[in-house]
Amino acid sequence: MTELIPYEDFAPGQEYDLGSLTVSREEILEFAGEFDPQPFHLDEEAGKASILGGLAASGWHTGSMVMRLLAENLLNKTTGRGSPGIGKLQWLRPVFPGDTLSAKAEVLDMKELRSRPDLGLVNVRVTAVNQSGDNVIIWENPILFAKREVEA
Amino acid sequence: MSGFFEDIEIGETLELGDHTFSADDIIRFARKYDPQPFHLSEEAAAGTHFGRLCASGWHTAAIFMKLWVTKHQALQDDARAAGRTPARLGPSPGFQDLKWIRPVFAGDTLRYSRIVTGKTESRSRPEWGLVHSDMLAHNQDGTLVFSFKGTVFVERKRA
Repeated sequence: MTELIPYEDFAPGQEYDLGSLTVSREEILEFAGEFDPQPFHLDEEAGKASILGGLAASGWHTGSMVMRLLAENLLNKTTGRGSPGIGKLQWLRPVFPGDTLSAKAEVLDMKELRSRPDLGLVNVRVTAVNQSGDNVIIWENPILFAKREVEA
Repeated sequence: MSGFFEDIEIGETLELGDHTFSADDIIRFARKYDPQPFHLSEEAAAGTHFGRLCASGWHTAAIFMKLWVTKHQALQDDARAAGRTPARLGPSPGFQDLKWIRPVFAGDTLRYSRIVTGKTESRSRPEWGLVHSDMLAHNQDGTLVFSFKGTVFVERKRA
């Protein structure tokens, strides 16, 4: 098994490509039906009549889809230990059926934890753009990573 | 908050209801949206500092949304039944200070609530106002496990 990337291997300014995904109408309807059944996430006409301008994904769905890219293409290759939260998240543009989202993660800053010398916090900015290159979601969140010493 | 922007008072609290997180639901959500080991199985979680299977933080947040929408639809139905036109709820531009304070373990029951903290008129969209709130979730022991500062568009009364 290849070694998981530990805290020490991150550095401010690093950028990680998180890959991309295409959003299907079925998935938008399925997520909205279970978690966010507002008309503009379920119905084309209601979407057109809303601020969103068309049937659009729940913002929590967009966040969750980008989370999947973050987990599969970065965190699961690291010693990631979860996150205490999200400092700020912006939903900048609606996500429509057929949109392709491409995401990246940038390392903003890092800090050691006095209470947990085996862990460190890496503050990451996650950005996803649509097929036109427009930002659709941006968030910043600190993520915990185990250090190399304790992994050995 | 079946009311319009003008009716909403700073400090008002809305109980959104509660939700029990089953192991099956935690795993189903994580497979789709957050496939990290501690969200996928008890065995894998036991090897991490969480110690037990726990919900994706996005799952905790999605359940907030489910309860929030369900509550508002019930309030809108009540308003219609009383012969009033309910205010529409619009999308949200984002949130701040979201905190996953404690893990949400399989079997935990969270009670969600909302406290209004502020209101802003929308210059660009005169028919809408922005309502700012603290969204909270406490577990069955009364411990705060999840919170964020949310903002949502709420319809204004027609002049």
